[in-house]
Amino acid sequence: MQYTLLILVLPLLSFIVLGLVDTKWSPKVAGTIGTIVLGIITALSYFTAWEYFTMHQVAGVYEKVIPLNIEWLRFTEFLHIDLGILLDPISVMMLVVITTISFMVNIYSLGYMANEKGFERYYAFLSLFTFSMLGLVIATNIFQMYIFWELVGVSSYLLIGFYYTKPSAVAASKKAFIVTRFADLFFLVGILILSFYTKTFDFGILTAEHTTVFAGSAGATFMGFGVISWAMAGIFIGGAGKSAMFPLQIWLPDAMEGPTPVSALIHAATMVVAGVFLVARFFPVYYFQTPEVLHGVAYIGAFTALFAAVIACVQTDIKRVLAFSTISQIAFMMVALGVSGYEGQEGTGYMASMFHLFTHAMFKALLFLGAGSVIHAVHSNEIKDMGGLRKYMPITNWTFLIACLAIAGIPPFSGFFSKDEILSASYEFSPYIGGLMTFVAALTAFYMFRLYFSIFWGKDYTIKASAHGHDDHGHGHTPHESPFAMSFPLIFLATVTVLIGIIHLIPGIPHFGELISSTGADYHIQIDPTVAIMSVVIAGIAILVATLMYRKPTATPDKLAKTFSGLYKGASNRFYLDEVYLFITKKIVFNSISKPLAWFDRHVIDATMDGFANTTQWVSVKIKGFQSGQVQQYAYVFLLGTLIITLLVLFI
Amino acid sequence: MDILNNILAGQVPMELYLGVSLIMFFAGVYGFLSRKSMLMILISIELMLNAADINFVVFNRYLFPGHLEGFYFTLFTIAIAACETAVAIAIIINIYRNLTSVEVGNLDQMKE
Amino acid sequence: MAQQIIFFVLAAIVVIFSILAVTSKQIIRSATYLLFVLLATAGFYLLLGYTYLFAVQIAVYAGGVMVLFIFAILLTNRPGESLKTELPVRRIAAGVTAIAGLAFCAHIIYYNVKKVSDLVAQADITPQQLGHTMMGTDKYQYLLPFETISILLLACIVGAIMIARKR
Repeated sequence: MQYTLLILVLPLLSFIVLGLVDTKWSPKVAGTIGTIVLGIITALSYFTAWEYFTMHQVAGVYEKVIPLNIEWLRFTEFLHIDLGILLDPISVMMLVVITTISFMVNIYSLGYMANEKGFERYYAFLSLFTFSMLGLVIATNIFQMYIFWELVGVSSYLLIGFYYTKPSAVAASKKAFIVTRFADLFFLVGILILSFYTKTFDFGILTAEHTTVFAGSAGATFMGFGVISWAMAGIFIGGAGKSAMFPLQIWLPDAMEGPTPVSALIHAATMVVAGVFLVARFFPVYYFQTPEVLHGVAYIGAFTALFAAVIACVQTDIKRVLAFSTISQIAFMMVALGVSGYEGQEGTGYMASMFHLFTHAMFKALLFLGAGSVIHAVHSNEIKDMGGLRKYMPITNWTFLIACLAIAGIPPFSGFFSKDEILSASYEFSPYIGGLMTFVAALTAFYMFRLYFSIFWGKDYTIKASAHGHDDHGHGHTPHESPFAMSFPLIFLATVTVLIGIIHLIPGIPHFGELISSTGADYHIQIDPTVAIMSVVIAGIAILVATLMYRKPTATPDKLAKTFSGLYKGASNRFYLDEVYLFITKKIVFNSISKPLAWFDRHVIDATMDGFANTTQWVSVKIKGFQSGQVQQYAYVFLLGTLIITLLVLFI
Repeated sequence: MDILNNILAGQVPMELYLGVSLIMFFAGVYGFLSRKSMLMILISIELMLNAADINFVVFNRYLFPGHLEGFYFTLFTIAIAACETAVAIAIIINIYRNLTSVEVGNLDQMKE
Repeated sequence: MAQQIIFFVLAAIVVIFSILAVTSKQIIRSATYLLFVLLATAGFYLLLGYTYLFAVQIAVYAGGVMVLFIFAILLTNRPGESLKTELPVRRIAAGVTAIAGLAFCAHIIYYNVKKVSDLVAQADITPQQLGHTMMGTDKYQYLLPFETISILLLACIVGAIMIARKR
């Protein structure tokens, strides 16, 4: 299976070529190269998946396959950083997800970003991101994952700040990078602590079935918790930063400043699930060594899900709604991992989390691309500028509807199966978490359908446009359906969403659980009727409420907003978390840490360096007189020297 | 003291000659280091040379009677000193023609 | 006895006039004092028995070099020009150095020279002896330096003329 190296190398080559050539070739060439490369590696990853899942079962359990592992840096005899490719069920699944979505985004961008300045740069960065993300998921050891983790952060920074002339985009990209980097500090500390005690970076050794590397650290504690708990907590914080868990979620809504396909790729489907993937990768360590951290993961995830869902209900920018929805869904995945057990039936959470990752990637990317299609037609992000678009954009309308149904958890779409498993796992763990997640699921259905109806139903667009009368782009024109380049990905992803769901109703085709579970063994998805029916019913009620409120423009939303004005205002402003962060950084960190350090640097360190130079100059001015050109002075010094030397020689 | 006895007995000891030449020499040193005019410096150089000549002659007379090395050295030294003084004065006259002054402080181009 | 009186007189002349020569404010006076010093030095040579050297000293130094000096002084002097004195710092520094050197060398002389020195009477040096020594090529004979000095004299003559000629 050595060809898997190609999956990693081809996007890197594409990045280098596109980055170096930049504008010398026509944009079409850049787009074509990027898309073709992505197409090749998509095909390769499908082939890898097929080969892996059909051929590598050993006693019913999927084994880890390592086609390549070279030692890169050696620290001690036991501690060395390798670079390699690890194929196991979740990494192969992630390969499929990443390449598919990236391929779709590349095709979509041919239409969306056409005639845009910096087109080639965009495709280069997309290739770079794909390379980084792929490297992250197939990493054989935690340090290699960290390397690619940082690369992914850089690619995200570059892509969010793509419109670098807009100050808001620049600020957003900085915020994203800094927040994730801050989280990565804890990640690194966690890695170091972990590797110090276990003397290895390798995943295979750390997550082996009956591992002994943790024996040495069994007794070591620090402030009441075991050191391994601190390490895994640090690693989780790193993952929480990338996956936008509370309180590190502030960067994701702002990251919507980037182009919409970028949001689809990075901030919906792939980069933000890196945290979930990290926890899944370390799952045996979490489950066996530090179960308390795992429970913490569940609680944080649950709170984040609720938090984000509430905020999403009142946002007016399409992409912001989708961003908060992403935060909420990723929190679902985290909760699923947090409540999960290990073997057999108890491992529902793990399997459900991965399954939800897969399906969420598909329908969230679909939602973002559909939103991009709408934005492309309407030239605005705000809901109030849209309405009644179903007449003009049928493809977008139907695919968006399919995605909304999936995310709401309506059978037979894929979202139902994955969300249902998560809910049943949460109920098994604790009824409170289960109840909370069900409530969040209802909120999810509500705000998604609020969004859907506000865009595609409601007051007609042309009426709104003429009511405004103007716009910078001068469009009172009728919106048109998107070009084929943009519609094709929508159709493809919608098909996938429907298919994955239907597959689970057809016996004979391997279900997701048989492919991916925490131990690698088969896992059959059983649908617990109680949970299933309850979730469908609650979702249905939520959809009904949304329909009543938003299908035709009514006064209900405004009345509700006035009644709960405090909550409404708080949710609109994202519960003021951004202001808190700004306050902490500006008033506290800058003033008490940064300013004194800057003063010290300027006045003490620079002064020392300047002092060296000034002293040298002063001394040189003073001894300048030695070379005066006066013969008598030279003779005087000469004589003096002679006398002194003679004295020394004769008397000492 | 022995020296006094010797003096009264009719011999001039060598140290006295050396002392005289010593004073002459260091008078020359003082003049060389402290005078401004180039001609004064030349005069001081003459003083130093002559003091050294006296030393040679005295050593030759007292320590090597019958030999002539010190004598001839002094002879040649006198000849060389004369040449050197001639050339030095020619240079000084040239400088005087260009700078209208024979102060040694004006000649500081060597520092560059 | 006579030798000592003559010695002390000459020594007094040398010491006094050499010090006056370097501390006088007027150059002509310094030149004159130098002349006296040179004459006294010639006297020393005669006292020690080197008559030829005595003659050479008077002829070359007192007669040639001093005349040259007087010429040069008169050529570069601007009579009536206000004399600028040197900075006291310079004089003190030079004086201190000179006295230090003087003390040092006096100390060495005092400790290292034999306390009793004999003046061995020597025969007069005849001109023939001088001639043989000057023109001979054996070990202690000075033909080569003699010729070299003559070349040097030639070079100095040519050099002095070249340097000081009118352009």
